[in-house]
Amino acid sequence: MAAKKKIASRIAMPLQNPAERVRNFREVALGYSLEQAQAEAARCLQCKKPACRAGCPVEIDIAGFIASLAKGDVAGAYAVLREYNSLPAVCGRVCPQETQCEGACILGRKGQPVAIGRLERFVADNFHALSACELLTGAIACPQPLEGARVACIGAGPSSLTVAGYLAARGVKVEVYEALHELGGVLVYGIPEFRLPKSVVKREIDALRTLGVEFHTNWVGGNTFTIRELFVWGFNAVFVGVGAGLPRFLGIPGEGLVGVFSANEYLTRANLGRAYAFPTYSTPIFPAREAVVVGGGNVAMDAARTALRLGAERVTVVYRRTRGEMPARREEIEHAEEEGVRFEFLANPLELMGDEKGRLTGLRLERQALGEPDASGRRSPAPTGECFDIPAQMAIMAVGARANKVLLEATPDLSLNRWGYITVDGTTGETSIPNVYAGGDIVTGSATVISAMGAGRRAAKEIARRLGIAEGG
Amino acid sequence: MSARILTKRELIPGMTSQMVLHAPHIAHKARPGNFIILRVHAQGERIPLTIADADPASGTITIVFLVVGKTTARLNLLHEGDVIPDVCGPLGKPTHIERKGDVVCVGGGTGVAAMFHIAKGHYLAGNRVTAVIGARTKALLLFHAELSRFCAEVSVATNDGSMGVKGLVTDALAERLSRGPEVAEVVAVGPVPMMQAVAEVTRPLGIKTTVSLNTIMVDGIGMCGACRCTVDGEMRFACVDGPEFDAHKVDFAELRNRLEQFHGQERAELERFKKQFEVAGG
Repeated sequence: MAAKKKIASRIAMPLQNPAERVRNFREVALGYSLEQAQAEAARCLQCKKPACRAGCPVEIDIAGFIASLAKGDVAGAYAVLREYNSLPAVCGRVCPQETQCEGACILGRKGQPVAIGRLERFVADNFHALSACELLTGAIACPQPLEGARVACIGAGPSSLTVAGYLAARGVKVEVYEALHELGGVLVYGIPEFRLPKSVVKREIDALRTLGVEFHTNWVGGNTFTIRELFVWGFNAVFVGVGAGLPRFLGIPGEGLVGVFSANEYLTRANLGRAYAFPTYSTPIFPAREAVVVGGGNVAMDAARTALRLGAERVTVVYRRTRGEMPARREEIEHAEEEGVRFEFLANPLELMGDEKGRLTGLRLERQALGEPDASGRRSPAPTGECFDIPAQMAIMAVGARANKVLLEATPDLSLNRWGYITVDGTTGETSIPNVYAGGDIVTGSATVISAMGAGRRAAKEIARRLGIAEGG
Repeated sequence: MSARILTKRELIPGMTSQMVLHAPHIAHKARPGNFIILRVHAQGERIPLTIADADPASGTITIVFLVVGKTTARLNLLHEGDVIPDVCGPLGKPTHIERKGDVVCVGGGTGVAAMFHIAKGHYLAGNRVTAVIGARTKALLLFHAELSRFCAEVSVATNDGSMGVKGLVTDALAERLSRGPEVAEVVAVGPVPMMQAVAEVTRPLGIKTTVSLNTIMVDGIGMCGACRCTVDGEMRFACVDGPEFDAHKVDFAELRNRLEQFHGQERAELERFKKQFEVAGG
């Protein structure tokens, strides 16, 4: 038997030093150089039937873009990426690659998978010199808007931006209505600067603007306008991508205490309100020496790492299961650990305790033991009866979200499922109202940026088909 | 969207101002009880303000604000013709208004402005409206003349007795309730202690009482949970479930504590801002 060819290990991502980065909000992962990117791209086996592609919700031709990159053809790599993805600089940073493309990579079976996310990021970051038209369509001139084809998107998060990018590149006039004062949805209010710089989001949005997409901020779907009115105003189709929104709490005593926040509030203050730059920016954020974050997802990691950067001396993430079941990206958990975030696994809050002025003083937790797997396939935690307390002046609840009802209540003929999310046709994304489509968290509940983009792409394709635009890409 | 300031009137110099904003899309949809969220400048925070009046015909909304922090202080520096970059609304559930007979609307401080829109709504629905308004002294009393235009009576309470009953709005309210005609609903908008005191006046009498809660808000569209309050033992979000709730079921003690969350930072910032402004203003 021939000696096994040793698989080269993947090129390490240059990072900001933990001791330094915990004191700033600059991006943690610094990005590859061209040499590093080419060396990493060269590791790709260029499989005949690439499993990575099947693992990608938007089915990017991964082998294709990596082949171009390996040759040093960054522009060619970008053209391939852009055919499938309107937000590659974002996806390269925030997708859970380990469970998608990289999780399916054949190299991962015996060694380390190709760093597909890092390569995607490299290509996107190194290719913003061209005009937006070229970026998005590959053509020098922007497509002229099609006569009479107008589409409205409600919400300016990943799903809507994908719809806008896909349709605008095909000559459709798209207008996006956003309730907040800034565009990007969860990309700007939820994901911190140190993981996804706002300049990256802004660049992708500016590209859409150059394509003719029109953005309206401070317009609340359901309040400032209704879906019905959009049709009266002359839109042919409407895409609803308003996110999940409404924060969940645990329903335990003490959640009304001063110092208890939803992760949404904490992160919105920090990110959208730039509270890390208070008082240059006016939004205040609660200071605390000891902070506890409840939850095990990316949002919990983001909140914990933000609290550290805002001066907390001790930040503890409390999670009901063990490290192995945490839904957060591996990389974020590792980065959080390097920065000094502590973890209390197999612990479930029973009560939040406060002083006579209604301020949080600590949490009472109950030790859990893992039982049988639940519906989600993860082993469910069971109470053991053993309790312990941890002191905290701030507790951040990162335990998920529910459907935000503002638009839904104003649109009574929109069918919802029993959890209050919009029901859609699985193939087209169309809702119970003809020519009204929906996608992202308002359909699935809290999920990933890329799955929201996948939903946006499906809906955009169907809208294009009905508008009589030839399919492609 | 942005909104141009058409008129600005200082109701109480340096303290309370009224602005009429050109915001046709909001004016068209605004109902009594609704509010807006605005940002004064590119680095500004989002703050909620009640819509004190709306006129779809002219495309305008009226806001009245008290200078309490840096943002309201900065807002008060703006003039007619200036543009507020971000105005978002209308937000919140409108007041439930139906024809029900006699309604008493109680307002304290800047809350009188919010109460004005609600009182007008009740009047237009065919109710007989009594306004009960209060202030520390006559000079600080808001909307007296405006309310007199459609209210069957306007009862006034001032702390120093310079106008109306000497005392609190609850004294004037108790007086009104003691003499009839019978009241179908009491609505109260103002500082938390005032709303709580009103609730305690009407509770033994079993009169339906509604309060509009001025909680801390960030997004105002049900996303962040900053505005949560406990009503009838349940967690509610004032921005989308409210801002109006049954006064007899609100946990006012919790509300009061939560409103003070950022007081330390806010006070320090307002002082800093005032100093800066004085220096700049020479």
